[in-house]
Amino acid sequence: MQVKEYKPLIVAFCCNWCSYAGADLAGNNRLNYPAEVKIIRVPCSCRVNPMFILRAFQRGADGVILCGCHPGDCHYTSGNYFTRRRMAMLFSMLDFLGIERERTRVEWVSAAEGAKFAATMTEFAEQVAALGENKRLEDLRCKK
Amino acid sequence: MQRIGVFVCWCGSNIAGTVDVAAVADALKNEPGVVFSTDYQYMCSQAGQDLIVSSVKEYSLTGLVICSCSPRMHEVTFRKTAAAAGLNPYMVEIANIREQCSWVHKEMPIGTEKAIILGKAAVAKVNLNAPLTPGESPVTKRALVIGGGIAGIQTALDIADAGFPVDIVEKKPTIGGKMAQLDKTFPTLDCAACILTPKMVDVAQHENVRIFSYSEVTDVKGFIGNFDVTIKKNARYVNEDICTGCGDCVTKCPQKKVPNEFNLGMDNRSAIYIPFAQAVPKVATIDPAHCTMLKTGKCGVCSKVCKAKAIDYTQKDEYITEKYGAIVVATGFDPISMDKFDEFAYSQSPDVITSLEFERLTNAAGPTAGKLLRPSDGEHPQKIVFVQCVGSRCDSCSEKGKEYCSKICCMYTAKHAMLTRDKYPDTEVYVFYIDVRTPGKNFDEFYRRAVEEYGVHYIKGMVGKVTPEGKKLMVRASDLLDGKQLNIDADLVVLAAAIEPDKSARSLATMLTASMDTNDFFTEAHPKLRPVESPTAGVFLSGTCQGPKDIPETVSQAGAAAAKVIGLLAKDKLKGNPCVASSDELMCNGCSSCEKVCPYGAITYEDKEFRMPDRTTRIRRVASVNPAVCQGCGCCTVACPSGAMDLRGFMNEQIMAEVDAICK
Repeated sequence: MQVKEYKPLIVAFCCNWCSYAGADLAGNNRLNYPAEVKIIRVPCSCRVNPMFILRAFQRGADGVILCGCHPGDCHYTSGNYFTRRRMAMLFSMLDFLGIERERTRVEWVSAAEGAKFAATMTEFAEQVAALGENKRLEDLRCKK
Repeated sequence: MQRIGVFVCWCGSNIAGTVDVAAVADALKNEPGVVFSTDYQYMCSQAGQDLIVSSVKEYSLTGLVICSCSPRMHEVTFRKTAAAAGLNPYMVEIANIREQCSWVHKEMPIGTEKAIILGKAAVAKVNLNAPLTPGESPVTKRALVIGGGIAGIQTALDIADAGFPVDIVEKKPTIGGKMAQLDKTFPTLDCAACILTPKMVDVAQHENVRIFSYSEVTDVKGFIGNFDVTIKKNARYVNEDICTGCGDCVTKCPQKKVPNEFNLGMDNRSAIYIPFAQAVPKVATIDPAHCTMLKTGKCGVCSKVCKAKAIDYTQKDEYITEKYGAIVVATGFDPISMDKFDEFAYSQSPDVITSLEFERLTNAAGPTAGKLLRPSDGEHPQKIVFVQCVGSRCDSCSEKGKEYCSKICCMYTAKHAMLTRDKYPDTEVYVFYIDVRTPGKNFDEFYRRAVEEYGVHYIKGMVGKVTPEGKKLMVRASDLLDGKQLNIDADLVVLAAAIEPDKSARSLATMLTASMDTNDFFTEAHPKLRPVESPTAGVFLSGTCQGPKDIPETVSQAGAAAAKVIGLLAKDKLKGNPCVASSDELMCNGCSSCEKVCPYGAITYEDKEFRMPDRTTRIRRVASVNPAVCQGCGCCTVACPSGAMDLRGFMNEQIMAEVDAICK
């Protein structure tokens, strides 16, 4: 049997105004971070429905990270406050279901924080990799 | 089913260097819905766009996926291309394989693999895209300029000259800003007042300009073209319309011991004051913190001497609400506080001053009428030490100063040194520097004149400590080029304090939802291509609120911001963002969850008649979204318990499809 090197799959939701721009800045400054991180652009972190996160875990994601503007800096005034509350609820529920707290995270990354974006992603990917593959919610019907 | 075309851009070697573009195009060929897939060197070039247009025609494409740079860069470009090809512009999705792939991953197989996945996600999304049509909203043809320094004045003048009304809001009693405090300006050495005050008068007399001095912006609502702004006019206890600015009250006011902020506390003013002779508007203002009448109710001298009867002790703060189409931020800068730099003995000796204080000392309208005298004893200083980079270019680990270069200090220090040697050739002048930065037109020539013609001693090295000893200031410094320790017994030490954004900028940014960098400078929409626009539509940047700048740069940026504002105000209608929320009335149960979380009040409820399957009608309360007010954050979509609310362009289905594609 062939042993493949384990690489976690990480879905990152980034708000268009701060974190997605922060990710672009990381690119502009050529700051490396693991390729396992795949970014999905949303207008605001508050657009992220808990459904999306459940779906990601169902489909085999090993970690999900949500990035938004810093509290007080939301482009839509208050969206990230809703995110903060919703995700606090969701993540504790996921923890109860056996998806460890370390697999989920909310992080505030501004458009000026390219370095923070790269560092956060590197660190988060390592943290998720240390936990190993996520099989708790995985929907086996989705397996090829 | 869509017919999707995939276009993979090389971006020269920017993408093709770490991503096998041909392999990406090839891999995406077999994705559902994809009928055509290709790669090209520069997709954004005319030839690249022509390729897209011709492919749309040839393969009857209905949706496009462009694998290229960030959508923040070229989404608009490719939407226009789609429109030119006869497609709905919102049938385009961009897979960001440059900033978020080729630039951050160094190995070809890894980059290629990720690019394919990002491409697949975009294809999955486009499969569910629907054509969107933006709504239109009117444009209020009036601009607001926040800040009345040279940046604000220039922007306002340029907009007003184009025929649009402009309001300037300035928190100080007069416009003019920092430039009004300066003596002479580099590199031409023309006097600041001589070039600024005519502009102040021009702007005050312009038929299209209104000035709200001693006022602040307290609330901003709305969006591009339609801002509702609340301006607080602070009570100045003087009726502006009647006051003639004669100054009788100022001379008669018995309370004369108030530190004069215009001269940075180096002399005193009275409790009722006009900041300086050329102030605009030239009206008196009562400082409520020091006025005896306002504090104790006993005095009233100014009211008695005022022939125009302009004094009004009962005046209250006034709030004005006005509509604007565009907002320009021109809040400027302040020198940083010297509290953390006590090695230079700023708090211990009045003879250690900042450069702005030096500026006032040499200004003919300043506290010494332009004579360079020591603040402690009024004697002429024989030895002056200038210290550069105080708080600028600090180590990122130290909490003391700023990491950035304040940009203007090298030049103004050269100016100060030169002017001192010119007026008082017997004075010895030392300048301690880390580097001398003179990248401007005629700047280096200017600096060399200071050294070569005027004999200013430039010493590469930092000053370690300044100790007051008797009447002297002992300056201990190192000369890095000679490798020597130096002790200089100076009479005056001038610190080139770093500049930082005005303190009010942070709260203003929150009101405007405009983003700032870690130093509280406003961020521009694009650092190179859109330097005067904030990422928030309808908000523009002028002057040092965006980053350190000298006067010529500020004025040119002010003009550029004005040009952008004029371009916006010249439009009668603005196309809105079609990516707004919409509710499925059949699913909505009228619970009000969405209404509660909407930050814009875009959601209202109406009673609607529905035909039931049994042919009866029933009236139900359902949510309806005002597309002109909705900004498309999508908060309501998550709050909706029945799943009736969805966000166009970022629909639940679309994002789930992206998740699926990534996790496959």
